[in-house]
Amino acid sequence: MGDFVSDPMPSTDDVMIVNAARALGELARAGRATCFVGIGLPSTAANLARNLYSPAPVLIYESGCIGSKPSRLPLSIGDGELGDTADAVVSVPEIFSYWLQAGRIDVGFLGGAQLDRFGNINSTVIGPYGSPRTRLPGAGGAPEIAAAAGRVMLIMRQTRRAFVERCDFRTSIGFGDGKGERQKLGLTGSGTRLVITDLGILEPEHGTDELIMTRTHPGVSREQCRDSTGWKLRFADEVLQTVPANSEELSVLRRVRDGLAQ
Amino acid sequence: MSIVVDLRQAIGEHVKSGMTVAMEGFTHLIPHAAGHEIIRQGLRDLHVIRMTPDVIFDQLIGAGCVRKLTFSWGGNPGVGSLHRFRDAVENAWPRAIAIEEHSHAGMAARYSAGASGLPFGTLRGYRGTDLLEVTENVKVIDCPFTGERITTVRAITPDVSIVHAQRADRTGNVQIWGIIGVQKEALLSAKVAIATVEEVVEHLDPRPGAIVLPGWVMSAVACVPGGAHPSFAMGYSERDNDFYKEWDGISSDRDLFQAWIEQHVLATSDHSSHLRSIGKVSDDGGFRV
Repeated sequence: MGDFVSDPMPSTDDVMIVNAARALGELARAGRATCFVGIGLPSTAANLARNLYSPAPVLIYESGCIGSKPSRLPLSIGDGELGDTADAVVSVPEIFSYWLQAGRIDVGFLGGAQLDRFGNINSTVIGPYGSPRTRLPGAGGAPEIAAAAGRVMLIMRQTRRAFVERCDFRTSIGFGDGKGERQKLGLTGSGTRLVITDLGILEPEHGTDELIMTRTHPGVSREQCRDSTGWKLRFADEVLQTVPANSEELSVLRRVRDGLAQ
Repeated sequence: MSIVVDLRQAIGEHVKSGMTVAMEGFTHLIPHAAGHEIIRQGLRDLHVIRMTPDVIFDQLIGAGCVRKLTFSWGGNPGVGSLHRFRDAVENAWPRAIAIEEHSHAGMAARYSAGASGLPFGTLRGYRGTDLLEVTENVKVIDCPFTGERITTVRAITPDVSIVHAQRADRTGNVQIWGIIGVQKEALLSAKVAIATVEEVVEHLDPRPGAIVLPGWVMSAVACVPGGAHPSFAMGYSERDNDFYKEWDGISSDRDLFQAWIEQHVLATSDHSSHLRSIGKVSDDGGFRV
């Protein structure tokens, strides 16, 4: 189509994905963008960034694919396309040991079912572990990504059910209970640095490590953010507004979704 | 006697009810045909191990073959929940199953330790997570050299490990390329190693990035074209993403699921008959997705 003028209002998901891609693009410009990518929203945003920016982030998937350049979005972390277009394909033990735990990953890019005020993630169960209300898929690669990636970026829709005071289960650590818990545990990565939502962006507050709202998307009010958060959400002294998604970003996103080769 | 046998014989001789059975394939090369054969042979009380229990383990669990599941991520990738797995954990249907869950890095370290003949593997992992509290076989120790706190995970040593692979030669040397996952570690950690392959050839010519498991570490190799379906074998087939999406509907209802297993697994004699029953064989007899 390539019609840049008649873009409809972007969906809240698209705004979230565009902002996540921008954050990854900024890291790539700073030379820090080997990115361990989770499937779903992280993969969509990471592939948008790869098609928007030069230098582009290097996409790494837990199936052992390093430097994948898929022409269509993968459904799973091990679609053939990811291996076919990779610079290197290594074994699963190798990707987690030589690459992730050894500190060769700049950015871990994840999602989750629940997130708490200290950036801890739950992807295991809703309700008690022994008798869960909802059994979720579980940890996968996330615990060690959250522990060892230089920094962690999360992309999640902001709702009261998802943004909770305390995770029902702590699958992956952000800042634990705060108070320097990461350092005490000797974790090598710096933890949850950025949470991109459909309402705006949260970042850990200096000194407390509590996630606070630092930016909102155009047209999003503070009340909306508070109402969509299960803890008593605080805001940065100065809350900035994100730049609206532009037509190039949205048209490339459409192309990424529809299949770049087509 | 050749170790290249048919799949019914491979499973029948080597897999018994009550055993610990690992089945690996990280999205790629998942041994679906072997899983179906286990269901057909009515094996029960298995402790099954798989990093990513997806559709094949949903089927084994729903069919009542499983007493315990050890895993690190249980979902239908890119689609959603595994409904049979959830029904077993949440509602004990068709029976209660025990679970032991880890992270991918932990499972990879456990297989590597098993393949190395070591009692445990080490990693920087699990720290600060609730997994440490609910998962046996994970302990944190002091590194004897640096004093650093290091996580250890018990080695996996299955009775049987089963993988799918691209091909083998007539002596049972097995060649795997593309996303190799933990295929090598899974096979070498087990007492009995079984592979299904797309084809058996006279000579394994080199492929970029390929690994070869020598026939003398294998117990059985079975030629099962399309044996990974709906997973795939690089160079032979594509991942059948549509089937993974369809599985969401089939598996969401107990009756639908049971009818599917009855019609497409139990009532079929082998994998080619299974593929024909789900419409994945073209008129000329070839496998198609």
